[in-house]
Amino acid sequence: MKISLAWLREMVPVASSVDELSTLLNGLGLEVEGTKHIGAGLGGIVTAQVQTIRAHPNADKIRLVDVVTSPGGETLQIACGAWNFFEGDIVPLATLGSTMPDGMAIERRKMRGEWSNGMLCSPRELGLGEDHGGILRLDPSTALGQPISEALGIVEDVVFDLSVNPNRPDAMSVLGVARDVAAKLRLAVTPPAMISGVVEAPKSAVERGSVTAIDLCDRLTVTVIRNVAVVPSPMWVQDRLLVSGMRPISNLVDASNLVMLELGIPSHAFDLDKLSDGRIGVRWAAAGEKVVTLDEIERTLSVEHHTDGVITDGADRAVGIAGVMGGLTSEVSETTTSLLLEIAHWTPMCIARTAKRLGLRSEASARFERGTDPEALPAAAARVVEIVRLTCPDLVVESFDDIRPVPPVHRSARVRTDRVNLVLGAALSDTDVASLLNPIGFTATLIEPGLHEVVLPSWRPDSTEEIDVVEEVGRHHGYDRIARQHLRTDLVGRLTPLQRDRRHIGDLLTASSVNEVWTSTFVSERDVTESRVADRIVRVANPMSPDESVMRPSLLPGMLRVISHNTKHRNRPSRLFEIGHTFTTPRPDQILPYEREHLCVALAAERDDARSAVNVLDQLIALLRIVPQALVVRATEVPGLHPTRSAQIVNTGTGFPVGFVGEVDPSVLASWGIEGRVGILDVDLENFAAQPRRSTDIASFSRFPSSDIDLAFVVPDTITAGAVSAALRSGAGALFESVSMFDTYRGSGVTDGHRSLAFRVRLVSADHTLSDTELTSARQGAIDEVSKQTGAVLRA
Amino acid sequence: MNLDELEALRAEAIAALTAATTSDELKTADIAVLGKKAPLTAANQALGSMSSEDRKSFGAAINAARAEVTATLATCRTAIADVERRARLETERLDLTERLDPELPGRLHLISQTIRDLEDIFVGMGFTVHYGNEVETDWFNFEALNFPPAHPARSMHDTFFLDLPGTDGRLDDVLLRTHTSPMQIRVMKGQKPPIYAVMPGRCYRVDTPDARHLPIFHQIEALVIDKDISLGHLAGTIEQFIAAYFGRDNLKVRLRPSFFPFTEPSAEFDITCPFCGGTGCRVCSQSGWIELGGCGMVHPNVLRNGGIDPEEYTGFAWGFGIDRLAMNRHNVEDLRVFLDNDLRLLQQF
Repeated sequence: MKISLAWLREMVPVASSVDELSTLLNGLGLEVEGTKHIGAGLGGIVTAQVQTIRAHPNADKIRLVDVVTSPGGETLQIACGAWNFFEGDIVPLATLGSTMPDGMAIERRKMRGEWSNGMLCSPRELGLGEDHGGILRLDPSTALGQPISEALGIVEDVVFDLSVNPNRPDAMSVLGVARDVAAKLRLAVTPPAMISGVVEAPKSAVERGSVTAIDLCDRLTVTVIRNVAVVPSPMWVQDRLLVSGMRPISNLVDASNLVMLELGIPSHAFDLDKLSDGRIGVRWAAAGEKVVTLDEIERTLSVEHHTDGVITDGADRAVGIAGVMGGLTSEVSETTTSLLLEIAHWTPMCIARTAKRLGLRSEASARFERGTDPEALPAAAARVVEIVRLTCPDLVVESFDDIRPVPPVHRSARVRTDRVNLVLGAALSDTDVASLLNPIGFTATLIEPGLHEVVLPSWRPDSTEEIDVVEEVGRHHGYDRIARQHLRTDLVGRLTPLQRDRRHIGDLLTASSVNEVWTSTFVSERDVTESRVADRIVRVANPMSPDESVMRPSLLPGMLRVISHNTKHRNRPSRLFEIGHTFTTPRPDQILPYEREHLCVALAAERDDARSAVNVLDQLIALLRIVPQALVVRATEVPGLHPTRSAQIVNTGTGFPVGFVGEVDPSVLASWGIEGRVGILDVDLENFAAQPRRSTDIASFSRFPSSDIDLAFVVPDTITAGAVSAALRSGAGALFESVSMFDTYRGSGVTDGHRSLAFRVRLVSADHTLSDTELTSARQGAIDEVSKQTGAVLRA
Repeated sequence: MNLDELEALRAEAIAALTAATTSDELKTADIAVLGKKAPLTAANQALGSMSSEDRKSFGAAINAARAEVTATLATCRTAIADVERRARLETERLDLTERLDPELPGRLHLISQTIRDLEDIFVGMGFTVHYGNEVETDWFNFEALNFPPAHPARSMHDTFFLDLPGTDGRLDDVLLRTHTSPMQIRVMKGQKPPIYAVMPGRCYRVDTPDARHLPIFHQIEALVIDKDISLGHLAGTIEQFIAAYFGRDNLKVRLRPSFFPFTEPSAEFDITCPFCGGTGCRVCSQSGWIELGGCGMVHPNVLRNGGIDPEEYTGFAWGFGIDRLAMNRHNVEDLRVFLDNDLRLLQQF
């Protein structure tokens, strides 16, 4: 919302500097996003008339324009790229030697070989609003050669660009901002002058308006104005619109826009003669109903999910979309002599839905969807008439109808001074509270000590209950005056076991040269077609691009993308991990997707392969003190992984999988342009951390020497090393301490389809040194058990 | 044998020992000068033919000579061992500037590191940490947080929806959370007050990526619900937090009234620029202040939706963007640099 300081000062005598006023506005929650000084630096810009427009010999988009700054005066050739003006128009000319408000110096220069002796200006170039669609065309009666600031009546002004929050519809108007500023400065507000004779005008004989959709519209005023003509607005009106970022169009449209900016009440002027029966109605749209809006686009109205509202004429034909945009057929035009001025109070949610569905957000709909002041409708009508009368002094207000199908409600809230002080941490008295509220229209009456009945102003539809009033007290008391207090709690802060595990895992991995990455949650369809969960994919309904249309079912595609990127940029092959959420379709009877936190480790450094991934798994198992026998690695083909180098990690007891380990399928790697092998480990973090853990109690160990027995077996390829070591563990009996594998060999001396695996079994007793007999017996037990369980034979 | 001859033997023996340059030569010399057949050893035989007087003085002379030779032997042995050890170690010399492919430690992602730092401060202030799901229903993300349907505040949260039927089959119900605030409701429903909770996490908004915005971003949010909690506690807590995080005192917080449906009163908060202490620098655009986040007193409707009586308890919530904080702290000019996970970036932090 752009607020002109000059305009504001007409309503409240602010003496503050621009900086002080900015601080004050920020302190009220009307955030100043920028300030702009206008009217400064317009010294060398004068009015000029376009004599002739000629084609540029060397350019298609630029024309040569001859202008004069006095009737019959010297002709100046200007090269100009705008096409919105015609011979005879009066336009602003920046003369040679002048400096534009943005600091650009105007010099004589050649454009494509033709001299340009100055520059014709758009409103934006003059610092008047944002309009840069073409050259500003002035009233044809404007005298030539006069400074533009005189011609436009531009006074030096400052425009505050305010960011207005959704709960402050009142601040979408100069009056609303003035009210807040005045209250803070303890000054009085002077609302714009209203003429009489509008509200007092007679009701029409046959009511000019009707409302059937009372949930959409609870008040409608219809003013019929005769004897008007379409002419340009007075310069000061145009000026006000321009500095507020709107484009002047004609006196009738401009009057409506001016009042919208001033009072926050949008209105719509219909050409009375183009309305069947000269009347309007408000009703819900019918299915498939169409209306061509002012922007000449045919819009189909909706009754699905949400029903749009329409304004109709006497023949029940839609002539506008309620609160969003008027229709083309009844638009005010140069032939208009009679107006039907419609001002309505709409239900905000209805307008918001229609504006959103149609993608049509106008200055008017922005105000309606926040909620306008239903009590201000007659004043707005009077003010529009007042502005139109400036250009149409002979106008006649024929009738004024105030249709109010829903009686106004008295809105108030009970407010406790104690509550105000508790929430704000302040120490205000009953009187303090009332004196902060009354100036902003929250009229407080003390019912009993400590309890106020506060009338909620009609321009603050968001305020409905005590806490809303507390906020108003806080805002006007000033947040900067709130004393700092410190928490006093007996609670102890801590991380949960899972949160600590997550940190430990990160520390272990980084110490093992694994870098953490954070990849996008969004992946592409291509990333998941070969996924093992391809049938359980969750998609984004409104993705920003097709490559970001799928919720990642696994962290793997993201990791491969990172490896691929780093490969392309010739970064050293590396080891990566990510802890992040994955998504698949909801479980039965659930609405939310199956969202799981996963740990994914991708090992792409030199010499990394599936075995490195298994090694990381073993390290994580050791780190979390997971009981070694709790998890088993079971060879399985996992889509996307190397078919003969991948395994599921399953709970030994339940068979429940917690993840997989192995290597990425070489063809998948090739599709990403990745060379070499990539070891991969992926676990469901919560399930992994939930595996049984070793006790944290100290475990005793023997004071007596241990003994090792080394055994090599010829093992068929169908038998896993894990099975052999499990057999060794059980066969060695009570003296078993540990088993480790120290060699694997295939080749001469070992039958085809077999390999030799060498194990070292460590034996120890808690209470004595082992005898040879014990060792021999344990050795034989181990060999026998391996033979029995796996069929592997001791290598000769 | 007389004393002169003994002296000659002694001198010869010492010469023989000191002439040795290796431990083998020394060993040979040792046997030659101190062994059983050595002349110095044989000199003892001369004592038998001497008077007791002479025997006494000559014997003492032999012992002295022998002791000196023995001492020389020890000295030579040490010296030679030392030389030989040096020679042996010289063959093991390494160029310690030779480095083959150094293995550097991996690094936690900057966002992880920042979250850890933030969590640690809050834990120190008595808070517990809560993570939540990134997919939520409309009720948790909006409605329970006092965003009525079609409320204009919703238009400030451009929302990603999932292609899943939601509550009552609605197609606009299952969404990616637009803020961490749904965790307020989940925490309230999960425990009774007092609540001192902090909730970091990933959030989503439909937003074209630019230098300061990514559609996927990270927030952290603190929630306190207890008896007699006021806006003053909110401001005081933020000030304690920033003192801890930035490691300097006298940083102030400034609250500016604002609007969030789930808090009232609501404010945006600025902090004294921690990089210049408020005197004005590049990071704060010379203003002395940095906009950090949003905050406010938990709205009574939100407390009720979380199952808490707003007459009995009050509370505050405040939060801010983690990415933006890291951006300020590490002079990151463009957040999009994080999208590629380039190792040259990851290994910097």
